[in-house]
Amino acid sequence: MSESHAHAVVAHHDPTVAHQFDDKAQQTEAVTLGMWAFLAQEVLFFGAVFTGYTVYRSYYPDSFIAGSHHLDIKLGGFNTAVLIASSLTMALAVHAAQNTKRIRLVFFLLATLFLGFVFLGVKVIEYGDKFHHHLIPGLGFLWAEPHGDPKHVQIFYSFYFAMTGMHALHMIIGAAILLPLIWMAIRGRFSAAYYAPIEMFGLYWHFVDIVWIFLFPLLYLLGLHAQ
Amino acid sequence: MELEHSHHPTVPLYLLVFGALIVLTGITVLVAFQDFGVMNNVIALGIAGIKTTLVVLFFMHVKYSSRLTKMFAAAGAFWLAILISFTLSDTLTRKSHPVQGWVPLPFVQTPGPIESVPFVEHQPGQASEHH
Repeated sequence: MSESHAHAVVAHHDPTVAHQFDDKAQQTEAVTLGMWAFLAQEVLFFGAVFTGYTVYRSYYPDSFIAGSHHLDIKLGGFNTAVLIASSLTMALAVHAAQNTKRIRLVFFLLATLFLGFVFLGVKVIEYGDKFHHHLIPGLGFLWAEPHGDPKHVQIFYSFYFAMTGMHALHMIIGAAILLPLIWMAIRGRFSAAYYAPIEMFGLYWHFVDIVWIFLFPLLYLLGLHAQ
Repeated sequence: MELEHSHHPTVPLYLLVFGALIVLTGITVLVAFQDFGVMNNVIALGIAGIKTTLVVLFFMHVKYSSRLTKMFAAAGAFWLAILISFTLSDTLTRKSHPVQGWVPLPFVQTPGPIESVPFVEHQPGQASEHH
């Protein structure tokens, strides 16, 4: 009895497996499922505002098209490419961690962080342009274009700022999580035996990328041909 | 460890997926300048869906994950589909299938495309008032 118990304790000795798990595979599965459960609620969190956007776009298509014409498709397209590239560097960072390539891991994490900041920098330029043109919803909102009802264009911009703002907040949170991960990677905390934090952060980062993959066509592209 | 590596994509595959995502982004921008009517929306969202599938399967390793993980990933998409389809089945049919007595929200009422259907009280004698 006590002998088999002692044997079990020895079997659990792997320092990268927490004591509540039977083995490495079970721990990895639990961590992955927990992350996906979190991402599923994130899908619904963003899904609510996507649904609202769809409903109001169906009510006021002309005003939404007029409003989206004021967005810069070059900046939006550039940012889409930047985010996809940051997803690639993040995937390569996970790959480096899986193969215990420390320098490569640090490099790709830094590249991901850099591309994240490039995206946010472009977003600051875009927001500044909207502020300059009085397109921030509220008392100072001005709409002098011939197309679109100002009230309804303002609804478009409310969605624009709610959606891109919430997305940008996720990017900022991502960058805030990346910093300690980079520090841990520099200190050699990750290896083929233990890289769950890198892989789970990767899932989060890719999810934020997917949100933008939908935001870009919905806000910038739909109705582009119309006017 | 050998086994573990075989369960994940290789660097060339990551680069291939990245290339496909960039190409699809280019296509969706080019298509947006052409007029295909309603199909513009379908194409734009379809391409976004393909891009999402690529990211989920390869960058997020779902293709190489357990069935339970696949189910968790699909559950998010499934509930999102319920959220959007059930909501639109209401809001898109308010005009074609008006409900008597139902007054749309005030900010949708005017000058939006949705016309309110005022509730007509059936009081005896009221109809013959003008006679």
